[in-house]
Amino acid sequence: MIIKILGSGCKKCVALGENARAAAEAAGKQAEIVKVTDFAEIAGYGVMSTPGLVIDEKLVSVGKVLTAEDIAKLL
Amino acid sequence: MNIFGWLNDQLLRMQWLADLVTAGVSAAGLDPTSRLGGSVQFFVYDVIKIFILLSVLIFAISYVQSFFPPERTRRILGGRSGIWANTLAALLGPVTPFCSCSSIPIFIGFTAAGLPLAITFSFLISSPLVDLASVILLASIFSWPIALTYVVVGLVVAVVGGTLIGRAGMEKQVAEFVHSVPVQDSDHAMTRSERLSFSRDQVVEIVHRVWPYVLIGVGIGAAIHNWVPGEIITALIGQDNWWSVPVATLVGIPMYADIFGTLPIAEALVGKGVGLGTVLAFMMAVTALSLPSIIMLKRVIKMPLMLLFLTVVTGGILGIGFTFNVITDWFI
Repeated sequence: MIIKILGSGCKKCVALGENARAAAEAAGKQAEIVKVTDFAEIAGYGVMSTPGLVIDEKLVSVGKVLTAEDIAKLL
Repeated sequence: MNIFGWLNDQLLRMQWLADLVTAGVSAAGLDPTSRLGGSVQFFVYDVIKIFILLSVLIFAISYVQSFFPPERTRRILGGRSGIWANTLAALLGPVTPFCSCSSIPIFIGFTAAGLPLAITFSFLISSPLVDLASVILLASIFSWPIALTYVVVGLVVAVVGGTLIGRAGMEKQVAEFVHSVPVQDSDHAMTRSERLSFSRDQVVEIVHRVWPYVLIGVGIGAAIHNWVPGEIITALIGQDNWWSVPVATLVGIPMYADIFGTLPIAEALVGKGVGLGTVLAFMMAVTALSLPSIIMLKRVIKMPLMLLFLTVVTGGILGIGFTFNVITDWFI
């Protein structure tokens, strides 16, 4: 699966990326974490509050740093 | 003393804390009226006060802001135009959760949904400028009339600035891709526990982000307060010099500090006889414009609109600075 972190590189985006990686590892899933920093692409998902979380092209969360447990539930 | 005055002194200005710290400084063998003792007193009192106020305020304000996610603000503003729409946008600025890293996505989201530039810019100017937490801190450090006047002039700059930008007809100066962005609306309503955890997360995140600025700001404030002779400061940026306001603004624009870090400096400068307008211009320049946000904005708008935005905001700040310096005597 592909997990995308939408955000211009602020601290929150980094934290969300780490949590996503931990969640995928804990769930034993092969996940590729992609950081999307381009505004055009971020906006393409209709996101107005960063960081956003996209799992397999589905936008699942905006504007918050989900914990690894929260992300695991979404995987 | 009336009840309101007492509450204001003890809760907002934290007179009890000032007394406590003064007693502590004396107990440590330092004279609070001496230079060193005074600096230590100012530093310890201000740091504790700002962190207490910051935590309480961010929590309360974030709770309010959780009711106004950008999607909702966009819905409220949709289909409106004219001066009242600008005013509404300026008023929604402070209650919508905002960080400088999400200003660009908000700009894109608003513009893509067809909101006029006038409305979007009123929102984008007022959101960092009229920051609710900093307004209450202003009331704590200075007084309520100053804080409320700050809010009013901040809103006026946002309304007038947005209107001017709208009048310039610069819709073509927005990067092309912005108009082809899909507009998504989420209707997810938060539960109370989600709001509470959102507010708690905001406190942790903001305190984590701003604490170095606060320490540096209070440190500089304490140094100015007790070590820099007033004559030097007034000679440089005193009220009688016409260049004080432009200098304060130009110094503030590229600075990427936090309003919470600039407040203690402002407090110390006003104590040394610097005009209130000069200090407010500095604070507004630091918060409304910063180099990182200008660079980010450049990626979604073209040069002419960028320059217009900078001119309008800088002009507004200068105007406020000069006006406040003239009427300083009304407040202090």
